[in-house]
Amino acid sequence: MTTATCLIAEDEPLLAASLQADLAALWPALRVLATVGDGYSAAAQALALRPEVCFLDIRMPGQSGLEAAQALAEDWPEGVPFPLLVFITAYDRYALQAFEAQAVDYLVKPVDRARLSACLGRLQVRLADRAPKADAMQQAMQQLRALLNPAGVMAGTTAVPRLEVIQAQVGAVVHLVPVTDVLYFEAADKYVRVVTAEREHLIRLSLKELLPQLDPQVFWQVHRGTLVQARAISTARRDESGKVYLSLRGRAETLVASRLYAHLFKGM
Amino acid sequence: MNTRATQPGQPEPLSGEPATALATVWLRLRQHALRKLGYMVVLCAAIGLLLVAIDGGRLSIKMVYSFTIGLCCISITDGGRLALAWLSDRRRQARGLAASAAGFATGWRGVMPGVLLGMTLGPLAGTALADWLTGNRSPSLLQFDSGATRFTLAISVIATLASMFVLSTMERLASARALAEAAQRQAAEHQLRLLQSQLEPHMLFNTLANLRVLITLDPPRAQAMLDRLIAFLRATLQASRSERHALHVEFERLADYLALMAVRMGPRLAVEFDLPDALRALPVPPLLLQSLVENCIHHGLEPKVEGGRVEVRARADGDMLRLTVRDTGVGLPAGGAVREGSFGIHQVRERLTTLYGDRASLQIEPATDTEGGTLATLRLPIPPPLNTGP
Repeated sequence: MTTATCLIAEDEPLLAASLQADLAALWPALRVLATVGDGYSAAAQALALRPEVCFLDIRMPGQSGLEAAQALAEDWPEGVPFPLLVFITAYDRYALQAFEAQAVDYLVKPVDRARLSACLGRLQVRLADRAPKADAMQQAMQQLRALLNPAGVMAGTTAVPRLEVIQAQVGAVVHLVPVTDVLYFEAADKYVRVVTAEREHLIRLSLKELLPQLDPQVFWQVHRGTLVQARAISTARRDESGKVYLSLRGRAETLVASRLYAHLFKGM
Repeated sequence: MNTRATQPGQPEPLSGEPATALATVWLRLRQHALRKLGYMVVLCAAIGLLLVAIDGGRLSIKMVYSFTIGLCCISITDGGRLALAWLSDRRRQARGLAASAAGFATGWRGVMPGVLLGMTLGPLAGTALADWLTGNRSPSLLQFDSGATRFTLAISVIATLASMFVLSTMERLASARALAEAAQRQAAEHQLRLLQSQLEPHMLFNTLANLRVLITLDPPRAQAMLDRLIAFLRATLQASRSERHALHVEFERLADYLALMAVRMGPRLAVEFDLPDALRALPVPPLLLQSLVENCIHHGLEPKVEGGRVEVRARADGDMLRLTVRDTGVGLPAGGAVREGSFGIHQVRERLTTLYGDRASLQIEPATDTEGGTLATLRLPIPPPLNTGP
């Protein structure tokens, strides 16, 4: 029996306890490093404890299982094998389609023993048979990217009108900033920073709400908290850790593109 | 995506109807072909007999003329309709517009020109054809002084007008029937979708998953939870929108739902109910509060890591009943749009308008005290209490 470590992220206490009990019965050599109940703790604990397997419930308070996986992908240190992810969902048509399409492991609730057993068998095989680190990481990134930016599978079908002007309110004054003037958007706590060449503004719209209203050809997501106007990027420099540093036209600071999005910057 | 254009004032094309004018006319003609043929045979036979009765002469000859004229009128009328429909499609195509069947099924635009054409050319062509078949030479129909000509023309016109009237009535009946069927189908689909939205699969499967764990862990608790689930399902699936039940029954249903959620959320959910005895028997429409409570959970407490509390209160405010549902969750988003746009809230508002006009109201706003969250206030006129017998 292979020994391994795992993390469980499930917000419903009974289900978390039940999964732990099932794992203990089916794979006693699997050590549960932590059980968490929300998406933020899931990412934080996984980065801190570095389990080899993560069981992630999709619907969790804070951030979802998918968002936690994205956070993991972006902040995971180089040189450490990326954990194998198993997503758990009660019922999510679109997620299931995406998982199937990407050959990502998933379980449906209520979790039935036979399926869990089969899943654990697959995990054991993959752990024993780890491909050279670089490939495994690349593959994981590719899978995650496809899950997070579904081409029509999970995407809503309602068309959202394109935003032309950003309206940022400061006291009694509302600044109207044409979208073309914005160099980048950066998430900051509950707000989003709207940065132009001259100054920056704060708006209360979240990045998630902003994204569908912007043209994806013009504004690229380079990090889970950053959207950049492609035209404003002058150079992209890749370093050994896989991160990409972007210099902008018109501003001194450098933006970091995470490894999930590094694939956007390559020669034609 | 609706690629079918409709003219203002024209009825919406029925779902399933072909989109081009030509296809529509062809379909209509095919649908009524047999009936039209039967009708034509009867009419032409009658006219033939009439002519013999008035004019004398051989029955078979008169029948030939009658039938050929009738046949020609019909073919020219229908041919005209088809040609006009085809022309219309071509013209729309040339102008870059989407194909439209507007007006061609039953409207004047599609039918009249064909009819006029049939009425004028039909007798001419029919007579010529009959002449050729029988070897006769009828006087030209354009010689209006001949009594026979005038008579033939008069009969043709009357017959055509009568046919047009009868046929258009038939068509109108058919399309009315089709509309009724489509409406029934839509209503059934809507009901299904409503049911699906009420019986949220995510809720159901999560609840069952928890139930499954409890069965071995704590059997009495599992049974209690199952009872709650049964009551909840019964209420959800049987909900009749127009009846009333007592306010305490409504609170009990909410208690069922929240008890199920409490098992799932554990310490993250606290619940408070406040129903004064005097208001227990008041009749209210069922499941009005359900959507509001669900929103508290989904949008307010589920996203909040430490969870919170849901409070449901009933108060009498003069002659109004004030029902409040409050959560100490994440609160309304910046624009307030999310909760307003939800199907459940929309439904509640619709039901209130239908049942009470503008005497009832629903207000959703941020909770103003230190704990934050959202407060939904439902105001209804107080009805007389239910007779809680037998």
